[in-house]
Amino acid sequence: MLCQECRRKEANIHIVKNINGNQSELNLCEHCARKKEELDFSFEPQFSLHKLFASMLNQSLSDSREAMQADKMQCPSCNLTFSQFSQIGRLGCSSCVPAFEEKFKPLLRRIHGGSTHAGKVPVKARKRVNILRELDQLKEDLKVKIQNEEFEKAALLRDRIKAAEKEIYEKNDQNEAEKGDQQ
Amino acid sequence: MKQLEFSLSRWMDGGGPETDIVISSRVRAARNLEGHTFPCLASEEETGDVLEKINSTIAGKKDFSEFLYWPMGQLSEFEKQALVEKHLISLFLARESKNGALLLRRDEAVSVMINEEDHLRIQAILPGLQLEEAWQETEVYDDLLENDLEYAFHENYGYLTACPTNIGTGLRASVMLHLPALIVTRQINRYLGALSQIGLTARGVYGEGTEIIGNLVQVSNQVTLGQSEEEIISNLYSVIGQVIEQEQNARQALLDKKRADLADKAWRALGILEHAQIMSSQEAMQLISDLRLGHDLGLIKLVNHKLLNELLVLIRPGCLQLLAGRELNNSERNIERPVQVKEALDRYKE
Repeated sequence: MLCQECRRKEANIHIVKNINGNQSELNLCEHCARKKEELDFSFEPQFSLHKLFASMLNQSLSDSREAMQADKMQCPSCNLTFSQFSQIGRLGCSSCVPAFEEKFKPLLRRIHGGSTHAGKVPVKARKRVNILRELDQLKEDLKVKIQNEEFEKAALLRDRIKAAEKEIYEKNDQNEAEKGDQQ
Repeated sequence: MKQLEFSLSRWMDGGGPETDIVISSRVRAARNLEGHTFPCLASEEETGDVLEKINSTIAGKKDFSEFLYWPMGQLSEFEKQALVEKHLISLFLARESKNGALLLRRDEAVSVMINEEDHLRIQAILPGLQLEEAWQETEVYDDLLENDLEYAFHENYGYLTACPTNIGTGLRASVMLHLPALIVTRQINRYLGALSQIGLTARGVYGEGTEIIGNLVQVSNQVTLGQSEEEIISNLYSVIGQVIEQEQNARQALLDKKRADLADKAWRALGILEHAQIMSSQEAMQLISDLRLGHDLGLIKLVNHKLLNELLVLIRPGCLQLLAGRELNNSERNIERPVQVKEALDRYKE
């Protein structure tokens, strides 16, 4: 067989590639194979992390009925389905995360160990996120105070929680109203 | 049309702390725009809209006046390849992006990739161990861009990215390390294996998979969710600190036992680099590593880190073609490589 690249020399190197089940074969002479190698070598290696997710997802969706239901989940904004996501390993838009949240959260925990953002917040979202983070902390503290039967301190915390929640909900209403005005 | 020229990036200047082991530090942040489909699922038209939106955001802004703009569609294959080799863009941007573009600060320390896997990839790369400084640089441009753009952000999951491995901080911090002593004494595997258990990963800088060429290893964070940017970076610092210490110990042990051999190897490397007529990139990488070790151990004084970094990059296929100003096949490159190496060595002697 002749080399598929130069079509002059005898092909003595056979490369079989299997990418996502698509098998392709390449028959090259030593010279052309080396050229190909140098080309591959010249770039940083590519990670095929999406394959990893696919296997992670398949693992976590061992119940087939559950898996079928999960597959039907669809992002209302970009129309990506969960089953498409598990094949390509990429999200389509910012609405995909809330749409797939139920299945997505365990996946994030497997990849990162945690599932709650602890880092930088965009300036525009900072105030709201700070209140939310404070709220979580206050609720934790409240639990401890009640367990320790420190009811006076607990009452103070409860008032602070109410105030923080009010601030957030009022902001939400405001935002909704503003959106309504724009439309 | 303007043409890309071969230039030295800031990370190659040989400055910064710990340069005898840490060649460069890089931090990149992945960001997406709210209300726009992420690039991998977006149509040509949608990525075009995003590109236009970002361009109009920075147009005329003083903070971006030091940036050059390179649309991927206007660059030749080898020009793009050269940018990848200099770690200024990703392979993905070079090969697969739709309406992909690069904003590159003149000193080549900061680059912003548009329409990569995410709408924006903001990165800073500095010489030596300077992860904190690289994050500060990155954050400056992150904040500037956010002034006029609304980022995709979720209260619980942080910055939303196309790939779940980047979600949260969207941060990837990495260092390029030269570890010849740990590699030659085969201690390296012990360290690399342990890294994955603490949310880090290591691989060869060039070469496939776990293969290490030129004794260069890249260590970076894997985890982006649940840790703050500062935690990610300080975690890396503490690990890198230990790797540096181990490498230094291994180098000292080698020096005590095999001083003459190491000096011989370094001087031979210089001799071959200066006089060879045909050279593969793999051979060149090994020679540069031998020479760098000889220099770092004080056995050879004729070179410095800046020259060694320049050599490391100019022997790569894309950069060689950029220097030659034309496409070269493999055997032409093997002839061009020693020519360019010799010129760089001669320039340094002057």
